[in-house]
Amino acid sequence: MFSIGLGHYLTLAAIIFTIGVVGIFLNRKNIIVILMSIELILLAVNINLVSFSIFINDISGQIFSLFILTVAAAEAAIGLAIIVVYYRNSGTIRVEEIDKLKG
Amino acid sequence: MENLELIVPEIFISIAIMFLLILGVFKKNSSILVYNLATISLILLLALIYNLSSISDTSLFNESYKIDKLSNFMKFLMIISGIFVMLTSSKYLQINKLNKIEYPVLVLSSILGMMVMISSNDLIVFYMGLELQSLSLYVLASFNRENLLSTESGLKYFVLSALSSGLLLYGCSLIYGFSETTNFNIILDNSNEIQYGLIFGVVFIIVGLAFKISAVPFHMWAPDVYQGSPTSVTILFAILPKIAALTVFIRFLYVPFINMIDQWQLIIVFLSIASMIFGAVAAIGQTNLKRLVAYSSIGHMGYALAGLATGTNQGIQSSITYMSIYLVMNLAFFSCLFMLRKNDDYYEKIEDLSGLSKNHPLLAFSFLIILFSLAGIPPLAGFFAKFYVFMSVIEESMYFLAVVGLLSTVIAAFYYLRIIKIIYFDPEKHKYETNHSVGLKITLILSTLFIIVYFIYPSGLTEIVSKINVI
Repeated sequence: MFSIGLGHYLTLAAIIFTIGVVGIFLNRKNIIVILMSIELILLAVNINLVSFSIFINDISGQIFSLFILTVAAAEAAIGLAIIVVYYRNSGTIRVEEIDKLKG
Repeated sequence: MENLELIVPEIFISIAIMFLLILGVFKKNSSILVYNLATISLILLLALIYNLSSISDTSLFNESYKIDKLSNFMKFLMIISGIFVMLTSSKYLQINKLNKIEYPVLVLSSILGMMVMISSNDLIVFYMGLELQSLSLYVLASFNRENLLSTESGLKYFVLSALSSGLLLYGCSLIYGFSETTNFNIILDNSNEIQYGLIFGVVFIIVGLAFKISAVPFHMWAPDVYQGSPTSVTILFAILPKIAALTVFIRFLYVPFINMIDQWQLIIVFLSIASMIFGAVAAIGQTNLKRLVAYSSIGHMGYALAGLATGTNQGIQSSITYMSIYLVMNLAFFSCLFMLRKNDDYYEKIEDLSGLSKNHPLLAFSFLIILFSLAGIPPLAGFFAKFYVFMSVIEESMYFLAVVGLLSTVIAAFYYLRIIKIIYFDPEKHKYETNHSVGLKITLILSTLFIIVYFIYPSGLTEIVSKINVI
């Protein structure tokens, strides 16, 4: 059978990261989806850090990923708050209608 | 125990933030008091930073936090501009009913984040500083929460900035994996042989940082955010995060990744050329002054990056000098913008400047000086800033970069001169009020004087900067 090595984890993280980035740019519907994509990007980074940390036998990667989890929570809270105030003003959160500022 | 006296400024500002937050919650109607106390604590912070300026280079906390000439000078620049930002925007905030207690607290915490960024010598510390800065700035951008434009600019800034943090973090994780450490000095030791993983990591980190200083092609957030957010936040955006992100650029490129200079040099040259050209061309058709400043600051970042692309100490010093002069010019420009007020409305269109010289000759004259300086016309300070950068670029025989830079200066001069033409030769339109706050007047006078008299004693600034040796 085959064994799961570092390369597999890195590939998984790279795939999730790509899904996240593509999700931000291709999404035309809802800004909540963008928030989810950002969360995916941060999770991909966490997978990367934790698997590196296991395979090079160094603890600081896992500590880094704990910091990232905390910051991701704070970021999601602020992002949702901004979306709420935006929705109060404009009455929509469709991405293609967020175009009042241009020039 | 570590030398805790070296991080007294950071400890002081953290305590000040918490104290002001508690004061604002428990004391009713204390927004003006909190605002003034925040300004005073910034002044004290400046004194504390100045107090550290004589110490030699040291690292704290397992070399994850660095206090050296570069960090002290950049913190000094940042806090000085922070003080002037607070002084200029107090009346704007009162008139637009934005003077809530959270505002000064958020400004202070973003400054704390930037101080951590500037001093960081470790990926984790750097990331924490960056996020503290960004999280405060998201809220500040959408601070005028009844206003559609302000919330939209906050939303856009949030999405793009979070994406850039994600890219940057992915780069950090790759660098951690391939160099087996998060400390900058050890990364340098472990990166003698160049691996693809490390190169990918550096590219991701450069992309993330280019977002933060709004270099082309990662500039798309800047014009929208500058235009939409309250002017008092725009001035903050135009100055403080750029100083911090440029310092991080210097630290990243010249401490851990100096071995990879062949790999990153071309990227920086590309970012610099693209920003200079785009900043010059895209600003031509603008009608909103804040949007115009956004494009002009994209162009100015291009010049600052040109100094960084050289890979020499002289190049770094020239871009630090560029940043110092850039911040003075921006402070002066925004002080002028704050003075365009009539019946509690602030004007920010270019056509509102029409015929300004008839009613307000002094204001028009300072506009003239500032715009000439931004365009880089001798003998004003902006000329010297560009001169130092081009000198260091030419000394490294990167002639193409210098030629493109000079050409884009010429293109950029067009839109600066057009504003001057509108101020001096177009029919008069508005008569603005003249009762401005003392802080605003002082800022405008000091910064305009600096721009005019800089050429008498240019070595004052360059001598301080020449002591900063990163390599």
